[in-house]
Amino acid sequence: MKPEILAALQKARADKRPVALVTNLKSGAQKLIYETEAEGPLCLDVDMLAGAADMLKRDESGTIQTGAGPIFVHAFNPPPRVIVVGAVHIAEPLVRIASLAGYGVTLVDPRRAFAASQKFEDYTVSNDWPDEAMAKLKPDVRTAIVTLTHDPKIDDPALEAALKSTAFYIGALGSRKTHAARLERLKARGFTDNEISRIRGPVGLAIGALSPAEIAVSIVAEITKIRRGE
Amino acid sequence: MSDDVLDQAAGWRGEGRKVAVATVVKTWGSSPRPVGSQLAVDAAGKFVGSVSGGCIEGAVIKEALDAIENGRPRLLDFGVTDEQAWDVGLACGGKVQVYVERLD
Repeated sequence: MKPEILAALQKARADKRPVALVTNLKSGAQKLIYETEAEGPLCLDVDMLAGAADMLKRDESGTIQTGAGPIFVHAFNPPPRVIVVGAVHIAEPLVRIASLAGYGVTLVDPRRAFAASQKFEDYTVSNDWPDEAMAKLKPDVRTAIVTLTHDPKIDDPALEAALKSTAFYIGALGSRKTHAARLERLKARGFTDNEISRIRGPVGLAIGALSPAEIAVSIVAEITKIRRGE
Repeated sequence: MSDDVLDQAAGWRGEGRKVAVATVVKTWGSSPRPVGSQLAVDAAGKFVGSVSGGCIEGAVIKEALDAIENGRPRLLDFGVTDEQAWDVGLACGGKVQVYVERLD
């Protein structure tokens, strides 16, 4: 790999800019493909360029056969995200386990005293109200959102923003009773049954989780299942 | 991103060490590590990352050291065969193709 390719690849990754490293496995020639441009000496025709850009968009790496030999497209997208709303007890194992599983984690809690805990100092924390935080974070198809506070003032605006987004996972902590009341409030705010059915509640896979860490495991397991399995 | 193999490799290269990177480019069957998994090796044989969960790392590191020497990238195929089963085959029965290149 040429030093200039490595440097540009590292820069794009540091900037959280989607990039694919495309390598001719026969010649070793390489090219970097971004969403709308490309750089590097490897020659690719228009179809190949479009194919590689499409794989990047789908976050898919793989080999394509071409007349010039096999071409490997290695997609580097910024990590998928988990937005955790509520710096409560369960948030601590949840942000840790989600990070270990490869997610970029943002913790949102407008109650500064909660989020100021040392336990969260290694994570990105937003003290904005959830509606403002969500407007800045712009959840997309590679984002999971989990609300933990049980406080309608904090959870509900986050869930409303989540429902208006394309987030692949929306989970809300709370008992069946809490969850039913929450769904009624969201319906009163104009959301349809179909829309609110996107919210996973009770949150997490049913593994009999009791402790905060176990509940965090069940939530990350459910996020994994939705992202990879279903 | 301290556990990122490419970051580690780029860091080593930045220190002036000679480095090769191996990448899983194709898998068949139940191979242990997905496409895109990487292993970085320096000239002293120090390595980080994984391309198979341990089955073929030894052989890949040998090829990586060779690539560091002569600069030629290479494409390696690994699978379970009778001869390879006790050598560098994959215990789980999958097949993988690994691309090894030097960081110039």
